Amino acid sequence: MTAPATVTHTLLARELRVDTATGHPVLKGVSYEIAPGEVLALVGESGSGKTTAGLAALGHFRRGLIHTGGGVSVQSDDGEPVSVLEVGDRQRRSLRGSTVAYIPQDPAASLNPALRIGKQIGEVLETHGYGASAAERSTRIAEVLGEVGLPDDEAYRRRYPHELSGGQQQRVGIAMAFACRPNVVVLDEPTTGLDVTTQTLVLRTISALTTEHDTAALYITHDLAVVATIAHRVAVLRRGEVVECGSTEEVLRAPAHAYTRELVTAVPHLDGTGATDTSGSGRSTPGSSTPGATESGAAGASAADMEVAGDAEHTPVLSVSGLSVAYGEHRVLRDVSLDVRAGECLMLLGESGSGKTTLSQCVAGLGLPHAGTVSVSGTPLAASTQRRTAEQLRSVQYVFQSPYSSLNPRKTIAQSVELPLRTLTDLDAAARRERVTETLERVRLDPALAGRLPDELSGGQRQRAAIARGLVTTPDVLLCDEVTSALDVSVQATIVDLLCELRRELGMAMLFVTHNIALARHVADRIAVLRGGEVVESGTVGEVLDSPSHEYTRELLANTPRM
Amino acid sequence: MTATTTQPTLLRRALSLPQAKIGLTLTVVVVGVAVLGPWVGPWLTGHDTTGFAGKPFQPGGIAGTDGLGRDVFTRFLSGGLTLLVYAVLATALGLVLGAVLGMLAGYSGGRLDSLIMRGSDVLLSFPQLVFALLAIAMIGPEGWLLVLVIGVTHAPRVARVARQATVAVKDADFIRAARMYAMPRRRILLREVLPNITGPLMVELGLRLTYSIGYVASLSFLGLGIQPPTADWGLMINENRIALVVEPWGVLLPVLAIAVLTVGTNLITDSLASAASGTSNTGKPNTAKEASA
Repeated sequence: MTAPATVTHTLLARELRVDTATGHPVLKGVSYEIAPGEVLALVGESGSGKTTAGLAALGHFRRGLIHTGGGVSVQSDDGEPVSVLEVGDRQRRSLRGSTVAYIPQDPAASLNPALRIGKQIGEVLETHGYGASAAERSTRIAEVLGEVGLPDDEAYRRRYPHELSGGQQQRVGIAMAFACRPNVVVLDEPTTGLDVTTQTLVLRTISALTTEHDTAALYITHDLAVVATIAHRVAVLRRGEVVECGSTEEVLRAPAHAYTRELVTAVPHLDGTGATDTSGSGRSTPGSSTPGATESGAAGASAADMEVAGDAEHTPVLSVSGLSVAYGEHRVLRDVSLDVRAGECLMLLGESGSGKTTLSQCVAGLGLPHAGTVSVSGTPLAASTQRRTAEQLRSVQYVFQSPYSSLNPRKTIAQSVELPLRTLTDLDAAARRERVTETLERVRLDPALAGRLPDELSGGQRQRAAIARGLVTTPDVLLCDEVTSALDVSVQATIVDLLCELRRELGMAMLFVTHNIALARHVADRIAVLRGGEVVESGTVGEVLDSPSHEYTRELLANTPRM
Repeated sequence: MTATTTQPTLLRRALSLPQAKIGLTLTVVVVGVAVLGPWVGPWLTGHDTTGFAGKPFQPGGIAGTDGLGRDVFTRFLSGGLTLLVYAVLATALGLVLGAVLGMLAGYSGGRLDSLIMRGSDVLLSFPQLVFALLAIAMIGPEGWLLVLVIGVTHAPRVARVARQATVAVKDADFIRAARMYAMPRRRILLREVLPNITGPLMVELGLRLTYSIGYVASLSFLGLGIQPPTADWGLMINENRIALVVEPWGVLLPVLAIAVLTVGTNLITDSLASAASGTSNTGKPNTAKEASA
């Protein structure tokens, strides 16, 4: 994919400088330009300033940010460049939506739930005086709905946003943005939160529309695999500076800057390279035995751990059988059965709504009453933690998705990590403190940070602390619920590394719950694919990835963006 | 121990605001007068609070005499302490009672929640002052009753705030984690929930203190609070109002003190509120949040 050769640029940002109110620089002279019909991806981790740089194209700065230098010019409809940051408020407002359009991250939050979708698109047209009559606007609404691949009939236009799926909502958002045929669209992570299959559809829609209408698109994202799918050129942002800019092919295949290389190598790959073997510099061969691990590989890992009983490979540590859960009429899990052996990692793969979190919470004792049994080392567990013994509670530990909410913001790291020891063991204070320090070292977190509050730590450090809390009681089963999804890609890689190493060191069984199939070879020995509350396919990682037997798995694999 | 890590930060943030500094100064001045007054007064003026200093409503001394010929300034200096102690006790009672009930209702949900909150709705439907008047009319103007009645009428108001704040944090992952570790409910409320709702509770504390001062003073003014011949600001206003034109200090001094104190505590409350609202979120916004169940 190459950009059409042009001399003029539709969007041109020059030396953008933005500070916070306290004088801390957010953007330190960011420049980018986009030709008509071209998609430029603005890539960076959280805090890199990518959203600020992107929203500047709309002439918008978040509250508390001050524009200190540079400018953005956009080609208006009559072909003249307009300086977005210098024109008056009124003119800037009229530019937005008609010349420069914005597609936000969360489609559900950006649509008015009380208005029918046809009316919402119509409002955009009306505000910008598009079309001479209501009939003309109505035709345009039907046309643009068709363009984004939605039904254009009257009945569909009379629907409310809540009657649509997430992917449809996002396509309505795109339709609103493209309704007035803008010259520039700014997309702020528009596919984050969508399932991979839906993501593919939305990406295709965006691609087709930008090409067809010669629209310049600025695509803000942290996901390099998506970038590879959609963008012509990439600008990599780091701490408010563009460290590398070039064609997608160049930047992703042969990154010139060290930071870009780090980002690219941290992205997990379906074929198992990346994440585990490159991100850790000089660490003890992480991941080398994981790709394509077989039954014997898993057994070998557990046998290496002397504390695990000799016949560990025959009796599963965690065994779930016939598990069914229903919220009223809606059945979330239907007769699910799983086994995880000591030292083995089972990846529970599923998209939103598949019931994967419900399943892991049932195992942890946080879920609803359920039918079927969950047993650990042969002992069936009660459904609720209140009726489990301290020993049972100790043996199953759960690591939550977001380290931003799983640690009490008013407690120090040491206090949080110590918690399970206080409630589940009868160790005295000195022994507890020693255990905490030991565990923090084990998760590669400097024990000097133990006295800090979670707010004073980075996302990766927090997740390490949360993992330490799970490990401090030396569990037999560790449940990891989407533990990497709230983290930046480079941090994700180190956390995945860490979990692999810990599993090998401690020989515990691990249930790794995720929506990201690309992580499979990096963490898991076996995969169970969950869909609509049922396990549709399970087997070793090699089997499932190389020769998927269920159609849904094949679809997932086909739609997972690759670099 | 968790409180020690949170309160200084909230207080320090609040106190960095200029209005908090003004509020604190005003409050400290009035509290200083009220606390030191009973000891310093007789030594300063040579009169005690109930002794005769001269003819009624005469301009002698610093602020003249009152209707019974007692020294107004001495009585003013002594008249704040009881008022303050009652107000503080009533606030503390209301806050503790309200926080406990509110957290319990918010965290437990279901039937207990309905029971507590509907019960407090009943109490809320009485105007606070009318309820106090009713109780005092039945039992008599006792100090403990004043504290009890004002404290109890504060409780449902505090409970609403505490419940709302608890509901906002009760499904946070760290609370679920504590539940997973089989922490008893009492400890979850005390250790996990309470430190995370101190912000709104501090605001309530300030607000309820302001109200308490007002109520105690009003009840004394109406003759149902602190009884004569005790020196008390509320009572003094009532005793001396007939001579407002001739000898205004007997009314002006206590009115001024109550006004300054109320404004002072209100300013502190406001700055606590704005400091707390800056940290009401339990974590950083997740910019990189991804698809999840």
